[in-house]
Amino acid sequence: MRGTVTPRVTGPDRPPTEPENRTMSQSYAAEEGTPAAAPVEVPHGAGDAVLSIRDLEVEFPTQLGVVRALNGVTFDVPRGKVLGIVGESGCGKSVTARAILQIIEKPGRITGGSITLRSVGGETEITGLSPDSARMRELRGREIAMIFQEPMSSLNPVYTIGAQIAEAVLIHQTRNREEAHKRAVEMLRQVGMPHPEAAAASYPHQLSGGMRQRAMIAMALSCNPTVLIADEPTTALDVTTEAQILELIRNVRDRAGMSIMFITHSMGVVAQLCEEVIVMYLGRIVERGSVDDLFYDPKHPYTRALLRSIPRIGRNRKAPLEVIEGSVPDPHTRVAGCPFHPRCPEAIPGRCDTTVPALSTAGPGHTVHCHLYQGDDETGRTEPGEDA
Amino acid sequence: MNEPLLEVTGLRKHFPIRGGFLRRRVGEIKAVDGVDLTVRRGETVALVGESGCGKSTTGRTILRLEEPTAGEVVFHHPGRGPVRLESADARMLRAVRPHLQMIFQDPFASLDSRMTVGSIIAEPLLINKAAAGRALKDHVAELLTLVGLRPEHANRYPHAFSGGQRQRIGIARAIALNPDLIVCDEAVSALDVSVQAQILNLLEELQRRLGLAYLFISHDLAAVEHIADRVVVMYVGRIVESGPVEQLYTAPKHPYTEALLAAVPQPDPRVRTRPKLLTGDVPSPANPPSGCYFHPRCPYAQPVCAAETPPVRQVGEDHRSACHFAGALPLAGAAAAVPPAQATS
Repeated sequence: MRGTVTPRVTGPDRPPTEPENRTMSQSYAAEEGTPAAAPVEVPHGAGDAVLSIRDLEVEFPTQLGVVRALNGVTFDVPRGKVLGIVGESGCGKSVTARAILQIIEKPGRITGGSITLRSVGGETEITGLSPDSARMRELRGREIAMIFQEPMSSLNPVYTIGAQIAEAVLIHQTRNREEAHKRAVEMLRQVGMPHPEAAAASYPHQLSGGMRQRAMIAMALSCNPTVLIADEPTTALDVTTEAQILELIRNVRDRAGMSIMFITHSMGVVAQLCEEVIVMYLGRIVERGSVDDLFYDPKHPYTRALLRSIPRIGRNRKAPLEVIEGSVPDPHTRVAGCPFHPRCPEAIPGRCDTTVPALSTAGPGHTVHCHLYQGDDETGRTEPGEDA
Repeated sequence: MNEPLLEVTGLRKHFPIRGGFLRRRVGEIKAVDGVDLTVRRGETVALVGESGCGKSTTGRTILRLEEPTAGEVVFHHPGRGPVRLESADARMLRAVRPHLQMIFQDPFASLDSRMTVGSIIAEPLLINKAAAGRALKDHVAELLTLVGLRPEHANRYPHAFSGGQRQRIGIARAIALNPDLIVCDEAVSALDVSVQAQILNLLEELQRRLGLAYLFISHDLAAVEHIADRVVVMYVGRIVESGPVEQLYTAPKHPYTEALLAAVPQPDPRVRTRPKLLTGDVPSPANPPSGCYFHPRCPYAQPVCAAETPPVRQVGEDHRSACHFAGALPLAGAAAAVPPAQATS
């Protein structure tokens, strides 16, 4: 059943025959050629995905047993858009990002699935590369760059900002030190750093949190990567600084047409920044759709509950917030069936607690993993089952 | 309800900067620089601002976890009448502290991992000789139930609980002695979104049942709007605006409040805002700008703003702003979020 997720049928009468035939080994070019039939639209660019992740599994063996951080995660990162990944702690959003770069902390490792990168240089199967290989090192920074939540711990305290950006440039682009330094200053200017020359000469501790995050972004962009992965880059920042960084990321997307995977737990940031959204829970994707679908037509009970539980300015003042009962389970416990069923108000006994829900298509580009909807495999098309 | 519980006037907390060979005092960080605020019985006052604005230091100085440099902190003790906290001696503090409690941000760091939950919650009761033996056990069980945990949880250790449950334990400990005021220092900031709502609801429910007053320190303006009656906005150690939550959010009277509200990302993709961005960073409290501390970043700044410290003006009932042009500027409040159709169904 691999690869059934991405191509979606928009014509109401058309059964999805293509998905069954598609295999993950098909190339980018072949996919573009396949849909001879007009009604097949590829809503969020399965054919134009810079990254295709299929059935990705990551495990962490620990003394208390194996923690399955990712349980078969499948999605595409569309070209030139911002894909948001939301979820609470332990949902696997950061592990997904780290798996793509093969920088999962030991003893964690990828135990299944594939990650395909489609860049200018062609197609690369990342899971086929050794984490220490020359090709993997070449990909990091050059093709896929990442920015982290805490810039202070990702910058080296004993080198100047300029030297650290120049290092990335020297590794990937030029051998000329002077040119690398010029490029570093230019990048700092581009990310809106005031006094870029002075900033290049300063050490990380001399900059504020927002400025450090700008420096990180400058470093990430210095090699003009195909994909930028941002792992909660604004969580540690104040709101006014967060607004500045979000604006910067929008500009990066608009000017450079960069594909961005933006990991966050803030629904506000998702609404303001992303075009498409993936909601994760306990190592699985529960729902995926356009940002409008997710906020105005959420299908999964978890997505709905999450949206209802956030305080919104101008509403429900002093009225109790709706809550999701319980909390995210401990990572060592393995939940049978749908990972959300112990907290789900609509859980169907005998079904949700035994069977992992299959993928259902709720609309163009909108998919959900929930037993309230009939899976695509059963009917070919999905009508909401016993939706409330 | 309207009688004051805590009155803070001119509170200052300056930390020395030491440097040089002899570690001489070479400067001062004015973390809290003349703060006035009042908390009335049974109400929630939120203290908001960006990191480094002095909001946590204010909370800690009020409780004498830090020694104030100057100022007056009056706590209206239910039995003893007004007590000057800033100059109270150890005996007096001991008598007053059961009425003043604190909930901390990090539920992982604020509970002793080698004590059972029962003994964590019983500790304040034992120290203050409020209960013993069977009565103590019953009281702990009652507190656990009150915060939404089960009495049998008393025998477990903190590591067995999730972040939200730990925060509940911290709350049970804080309410054990029946306090009048709880300082909540970023009490929900470290929690998952789905758990934040549970804790906010719990705090509100406890307030209703026990008549608690909260000093709710937070940088999360959406959570603050939800829980607070009055809001105090701080910037670089000073209060720039204070007022009832509704007035302050819909009609702010200080440009900094406007900027803060505009920067909150609205959880609605159909209301995409690209706020006027504040330029630059929060200045260091060791070397603040002249005049109004906000003037280098303020889009409305005039020459007078760099020259003179603005006076605090009354701009409405119980609403004050420290801006030279308070009331004269066309400031926008927070855009009311449009209710997403599905989210309310």
